[in-house]
Parts: sequence; C-alpha cells; structure tokens
Amino acid sequence: MSDETVNVEGAVCAPPLPHNEQIVMGHGAGGRMTHKLIQNSFLPAFNNPALRAGDDAAALEPKPGVQLSISTDAHVVLPLFFPGGDIGRLAVCGTVNDVAMLGATPLYLTAGFILEEGLSIETLRRVVESMQAAALEANVQIVAGDTKVVQKGKADGLYITTAGVGLVRPGLKIGGAQAKPGDVVILSGSIGDHGIAVLGARGELGFESSIQSDVAPLNHLIDAMLNASNHIHVLRDPTRGGLGTTLNEIASQSNVGIVLNEQAIPVHPEVNAACEMLGFDPLYIANEGKLIAIVAHEDADAVLKAMHQTHYGEEAVAIGEVAAEPHGRVLMKTAIGSQRVVDMLAGEMLPRIC
Amino acid sequence: MKYVTEYRDATLVKGVIDEIRRTVTRPWTMMEICGGQTHAIVRHGLDQLLPPEIDLVHGPGCPVCVTPLELIDKALAIASRPDVIFCSYGDMLRVPGSGRDLFSVKAQGGDVRVVYSPLDAVALAQQNPDKQVVFFAIGFETTAPPNVMSVLQAQRLGLKNYSILVSHVRVPPAIHAILSSPENRVQGFLLAGHVCAVMGYWEYPALAKKFNIPMVVTGFEPLDIANGILQTVQLLEANKVEVGNAYSRTVTLEGNQPAQKTIQKVFMECDRKWRGIGMIPMSGWCLRPEFDEFNAEKRFHVEEIKAEESPLCIAGQILQGLKKPHQCTAFGTICNPEHPLGATMVSSEGACAAYYKYGRIEMKDSVAS
Repeated sequence: MSDETVNVEGAVCAPPLPHNEQIVMGHGAGGRMTHKLIQNSFLPAFNNPALRAGDDAAALEPKPGVQLSISTDAHVVLPLFFPGGDIGRLAVCGTVNDVAMLGATPLYLTAGFILEEGLSIETLRRVVESMQAAALEANVQIVAGDTKVVQKGKADGLYITTAGVGLVRPGLKIGGAQAKPGDVVILSGSIGDHGIAVLGARGELGFESSIQSDVAPLNHLIDAMLNASNHIHVLRDPTRGGLGTTLNEIASQSNVGIVLNEQAIPVHPEVNAACEMLGFDPLYIANEGKLIAIVAHEDADAVLKAMHQTHYGEEAVAIGEVAAEPHGRVLMKTAIGSQRVVDMLAGEMLPRIC
Repeated sequence: MKYVTEYRDATLVKGVIDEIRRTVTRPWTMMEICGGQTHAIVRHGLDQLLPPEIDLVHGPGCPVCVTPLELIDKALAIASRPDVIFCSYGDMLRVPGSGRDLFSVKAQGGDVRVVYSPLDAVALAQQNPDKQVVFFAIGFETTAPPNVMSVLQAQRLGLKNYSILVSHVRVPPAIHAILSSPENRVQGFLLAGHVCAVMGYWEYPALAKKFNIPMVVTGFEPLDIANGILQTVQLLEANKVEVGNAYSRTVTLEGNQPAQKTIQKVFMECDRKWRGIGMIPMSGWCLRPEFDEFNAEKRFHVEEIKAEESPLCIAGQILQGLKKPHQCTAFGTICNPEHPLGATMVSSEGACAAYYKYGRIEMKDSVAS
C-alpha cells in the first residue's frame, strides 16, 4: 500500500437519485418520500384547507354545529391472513381509527374490493366475515361497496379500500397542529407488533415467533379518553412509518419540539429481539392498534387512568413531553442518559447487512 | 432483552465513562473502524458522554458505503436481465450507481429481492431452475463465511443457475491504508468485534507495531464501546503499543478457524477499489478461478463495465476519518437519506446516515438538552 493510492482529497460519489420520474417502493413507506409525493403530486391538484391540515381524517363542517370526520384508506398486505388479524380486520380498523382520531364517533364505512382472478370464494368469505366482526366491535356499519376483478397476476389476491364518516363531538378541536409546550405525550401500548407479525407471517424472520398483530378499532378507547378530559390536543395512530415518523409529523404540524424518554417506550421483548437481529428500529415499525395522545399536563393522569380501564389501553404510558423547541423536531433521552434526534423514516425500511 | 439490556445499563456505562475521564490527561483521536459501531455510538448518544479529550473519527467499515460504483453498475446490468432473480442484502438497494439504483431496476420490472441470508438465494435457485439467481456478495470478513458457504452449497447441490457478484473487503489493508496516509491523525483503533469474531485478531499486532498504534477489539453495545475506548485510552496514556480485547465474550485471538479455512478455500485476496477511497491493493476477496462457474461477473460478461466516481461529495474523506459528516456543505441539505449524494449517507451503517438520523440538531443548531 503506497501513500498515493489513498485518494485523500478525492471526492467521490454518484449523483443523487431523486426518484421523481417513477414510483418506487419507498413512496409507499409512509415516511418522507411519501410526504414529498403527496406534496408534489396530490396537494397541488386537490388544494383545499381540509386536506392541507395533513391529519389522518378531514374535519368538515357542512353546516354550523355539524362537524364531520371523513377518511379513506387503501389496504394491501401480504399474506392476507397473519397472526392477530387479516386484511379485512385491517381495512375496517384502519379507517375507523383514522376517523376517530379527530375525536369523532365513526358511524358508516364503505368498502371497495379489487379481487384477483382465481381468488378462492372461501378466502373472500373469511375476509368479509372478519370485516363484519371488526365492524361490530367498532359499532359501525358497512353501508356501500364496490367490486372489481383484475386478471391473474395483477393483484395479490385482493386489495380493499375503505372510507368512513363520523361525527365529531361538539366543541372539540383535536388535530396534529394542536400540540402545545408542556403537554404530555401518551402512547396506548407497545410498538412494532403489527409490522413484525406480518414479516413473521411472510417467513422473512427466519425464525418462529409468537408476535401477534395489534390490529384493533380504537374508537371505544378514544371515547373513554374524551370522557376523562376536554384537553386532549392531538390523537394519532402511528401506522406506516411508526412512532418516530408520526411524532415528527406532529412536531412539524404544531411547530413544537417533542422530547421522548427511550426507557418509557414499551416494546415487547420478541419485537425487540426481531429488530435487533434484522437491523430494524421499533420506532419505525408499523402499528395498527395503537395511538399517540398529546394531552394537557394537568389532565394526563386522568386520561391515563381512563385508558387503563379499557382493553386496548391497558398498557398506556406517558413517553415524553412537548417542548417549545426545537421546532419540528423529535429528541430522545437515551437509556444511557444521553440525547439524540429521532428522525422521520426516509424511504423504505431496509434490513441491515450485519 | 437478555444479553443486550445489560450492556445498555446507564449506571454501568457511566462508571466506565467516569473511568475514561479519570484516565485521560490529553487529547486523543481514535477511530472506530466499523460502521455498526458508528451507528451504535450515535444512536445511544455515547459520543456526547465522552470527555472532550476523546475525538472519535468514523472509519470506512460500512461494506455498503465502500462498494465501488463500478460494481453497483455491474449489479444493475445483471439485475436488469429478464432471466435473472437478483438477490441482495436490503441496504444495497438504495446505493446509487451511475444514474440508477436497484430500486429503479425493480420499478422497471427487474426481479430484485431482499434476502436475509445468501442461503435464501440458493433456495431460490433450487425453486427456479429456469432462472439465473445472483447474490450480491458484499461485506467485510463478517459476511464472508455465509457467502462462501452459499457457493459450496450450490456446488454440492449441482446448481448451474446460481452465482455471486463479489465485492468483499478486508479490514487490515484498510487500516494499513489509513495509517499510511500523510494526513492520518488516528492515534488508536477500536477494532470491529464482529470481523474479529470470524478472523480473530492475530493479524493486527504486526500492524500495531509497524505504525506504533494501539488497537482494541471492541463490541457493539454502549458498554462494549465504552470499554473499548477505556482500554484504548489506557494503552495510549501508558504509551503501550498492544492489541487488546474488550470483546472477549465473543472474540478469541485465533477466531473461528473452520470459517477462516472455508473462506480461504473459496476466496483469494485481490485488489479492490473502495468507493470514496480508491484502490487499496490486496484489500479484497474474489472467487478463486476454480469457482469461476459461480462468478456472476464472468457468467454475465460484465467485466468490461467501468465507472468513475464524480466529484460531488466528501464521502471519501469521511470514510477515511479525515472529515465528519456535518463538515460537508451538502450534508442534510442536498444530500439526505432519500437522495444520497454519497454512499456514507445511503447505508444504515454509513456515518452520514447515522449523523443525519440521530444527531443532526446537536450539530447544526446546538440545541440545549
């Protein structure tokens, strides 16, 4: 090895790859690439205040005193059935939760089915029954639907799109932009279960796991919380992109800082072990039955107490607080007593080499 | 989690940091050679707890970052073929080649799959006899055993449709190159624990002696890294040139001998370009000629593909520990994890990605905790 072979001043690198010309998988990961896609491809065309608010559901007031919460969600998952749930339960819960996150009572859902040629009717029956069971649990009705069939190989069995509408409780103003310095950040339970359960069901973990998806309707939990406090400022379910991405969205919408306590964030040991082995971070793994609540400091205990009395809020815990600064950023006090930034997920989450 | 939580214990880590503080009497610059360690340091915020005398510089130990542009271009050419299933460790998909990456190839219809082990690729070759299955065999010494095992397994199974695109690199020649540079400022090395788990650390005393620099085999949890730093500081302060082992629960002097023998059977040392650094003689591993039938470069005739890296970022200097990511004007502005200018930003083990993900604010805005 001679000195001149080391290119010390040498600058190196390929030009950036913006992926502006075609869709790549990262555009669907729920992180920054998804945000940019929405900003660049959807918002300019569908420009209106409800959409620009950037929440999981749109808050609309068709006439004075009547506040609607409307949302829609497309569901693609492989395999269709996984430990703890299936695409049908996911499709109902996803929309119920998005509608409820504005402090609304979800009432009606619609469902669009894209079915692949060759799908067994028995599979469809199981999915539909699961949807009905989830709808019963959430106390919503599926009142309209549509069915399309595509050729073999053009879909992974079936895709489901649901839309939902609900009535917002009078006097509430809940949304991602409402977090205030001093508020407490509450998480309803452990993170990462859904994402790891689906990976396991795909056989991608390379080992057996007992992890179950957390997919669940959260509207009854939210009811209990709203009964306990009038000072819930933000409700959000950390689905794709995970807790880290969702908190970044809130910090940015509210123009506040969020400071987390790493040791307070509940992660099941099996999920932690899977993440350690594969090089994933639980902060970015999808959840389908968890919510983040940002609550006025003086009401935090009452809200937590109310959550603990519900099935889906038994593990609820305060994980941090809202600070005035740094604007739009999430920080975390690490287990060893240091501090770091928690960034938004960039594109697709990729397993590490070693 | 058992065997992890214990090594993230705040009290134990603080005890070791206090000991470092008591031991250090003057500034020392040391390099953690492995990207996995860089990530652990920034993820847990270990660097913020260290006394100001300790300057940690990040080494070229991310196999994704240093994979040469030329090889990425070869991978893109092979992966674009309709008869190929191209398998890769996940984080290689985001590395830019000349104008494209594996994500782009996938979006254009290429069959690109993320696998967790090369043996998964061998299984794919068995299941798809009408397809050519290619595994992108990158990595340091750590991933060499499974990569060579996949070749031996394919040979045993008589598979004619399995090959690997090899871009293996080795740590000792990289350390040699860094220490040979007239601009070197590294005074001590934290050696990569996982590399040494395979290779042992018998190769390092000669290097330590030649350059008069202490080295300590170091693990990946905060307590492991703190211990590695403490041992390095103790050696530096005592003016001792030794190779210590602060990861003895995993690493022995001899390493995993059967693994080393298997690597030698399939691979031989060869020259290798490192992205951002340049050619380091005999720093790579390639397939021995008797395994030519498993050599994807030969099977798909991509040996002639050449590519030169363009002068846009300072990844090279970061990989060599001469600069820190935030000293790059592009860092966090035009270069970020979605649109990486350099490989150090691409991999989760890359120093820029680690800084961007975990430390951006402290550096740019000096936010008080």
